[in-house]
Amino acid sequence: MDLSLTDEQKLIVDQVRRFVREEIVPLEDGLDPDADSLPPEDHERLAGRVAEMGLYGLDIPPEFGGPDVDIVTRTLLAIEMSQHRAGLYAPCYNVFGGAGLAQMFEANDDQKQRFLFPMLRGEKKTFFGLTEPSGGSDPARAIQTRAVRDGDDWVVNGAKMFISGADRADFGLVFARTDPTKGRAGVTCFIVETDTPGFHVRRIVHTLRAARYATELQFEDMRVPHANVLGEVNGGFAIANDRVSRQRIPYAATCIGVAVKAQELAVEYAGIRETFGDKLAHRQGIQWMVVENEIDIRQALWITLAAADKARRGEPFRTDSALAKIVATEASGRVVDRAMQIHGGYGVTKDLPFERWYREMRIRRIGEGPNEVQRHIVARDLFGSSLR
Amino acid sequence: MAVRLDKPWRRLDAEAVAALSGQLGVYQLSDNGAAVRAIVRVDARSLFGLRGELGRELAERGEGLFFRLEVNHQPRTRWLELMMVHRADHGCLPDWNPPEDGVGLGRLSPA
Repeated sequence: MDLSLTDEQKLIVDQVRRFVREEIVPLEDGLDPDADSLPPEDHERLAGRVAEMGLYGLDIPPEFGGPDVDIVTRTLLAIEMSQHRAGLYAPCYNVFGGAGLAQMFEANDDQKQRFLFPMLRGEKKTFFGLTEPSGGSDPARAIQTRAVRDGDDWVVNGAKMFISGADRADFGLVFARTDPTKGRAGVTCFIVETDTPGFHVRRIVHTLRAARYATELQFEDMRVPHANVLGEVNGGFAIANDRVSRQRIPYAATCIGVAVKAQELAVEYAGIRETFGDKLAHRQGIQWMVVENEIDIRQALWITLAAADKARRGEPFRTDSALAKIVATEASGRVVDRAMQIHGGYGVTKDLPFERWYREMRIRRIGEGPNEVQRHIVARDLFGSSLR
Repeated sequence: MAVRLDKPWRRLDAEAVAALSGQLGVYQLSDNGAAVRAIVRVDARSLFGLRGELGRELAERGEGLFFRLEVNHQPRTRWLELMMVHRADHGCLPDWNPPEDGVGLGRLSPA
């Protein structure tokens, strides 16, 4: 397997690296330590720069006007884009644009006109409503939100938990049980507009995360037109599952980017800071911590790039992306922890980015499917389907 | 944790400020001990946390105000939540919050 970068990849990676270091990082000096957005004028200016670079809307497929970046290159860029304080959950403060809900590319023509195209133009914001108070790791069984057909509508009742962006969204995807007898084959995906009567964002769910806070939703006799069913009735599980599998590679890559930056800062600081008459970098205890960091970063990097390469070749990559998610989230957590330790008291202050990374990185072992579920996916692959 | 900050109002004076901690959090101000006039977050850029910021309010606005606060290590998201709850309850932001505080604010419909 050859994972060396092509000349084009080197060029793009270098371009984004300079953009992050010269444009994003300096701006953070003037932002709140937990900020997840830029002032509008800065956002507009930097989004314009990204468009000039030809990289705006990175995740939008080329047939919809995106820049046609393959998944390996996208992974490399995710590693670069997260190398700043807010990078884990707000890489480059979203000035590269986003694809919004990837599932919407599967919408029918009418839905594309009403939802997909306004979303891609940045006119409509979205949310993804899968997890419920009863759980999120096992949506086939945990979904208790019910949708019952009534003429041309579906009447939806239930609740969703840990839903990011719903309070600012114009529409979102809500997964509801439409056949209680069929398990994963009884879930349907609905496109729900947030001004629909009966749609409520009840509260913010405060967590360790500073950016993209979560909310709790409640649906009370919310009527959703049948025309807003995404895909097939009772076909929602595949839609949910597809997203979760795809997401794991960039999710892993973003963690690695933070780890790379934490390691860079740790090496730099260890070369400056003196204790008991010598630099930290000359202490074996510190050297070994830095080496352990390097081992963690390189293992995570290669496993994640290997998963991305498999996906690029069109081969099954579910197990590979699960492994990448496990290794990258756990390794990056250790790296941030060691880098924080090397920085001593300063490491835990809000003057430096480590305390934010430390908090937010902890969530990564739970988000997008807890690592225990990822291990279950890998075990099922190793032992076969009898493990179900 | 309750969505609304509904602790009793306290008079904002030097004695009350001196007794405050320097922690992060959010506070509300009132000029009559009933209506919320401002919702403020105290983040890590504050020199002396809640004590410093409420001391500044006292120095700038003078005595006669009331306050209530919540120590919270996530002041930003809690501030956003309180702002959204206020707008849901009253249809507008508190009088003393600048209009730019409402830019990008989401919508809540708390029970």
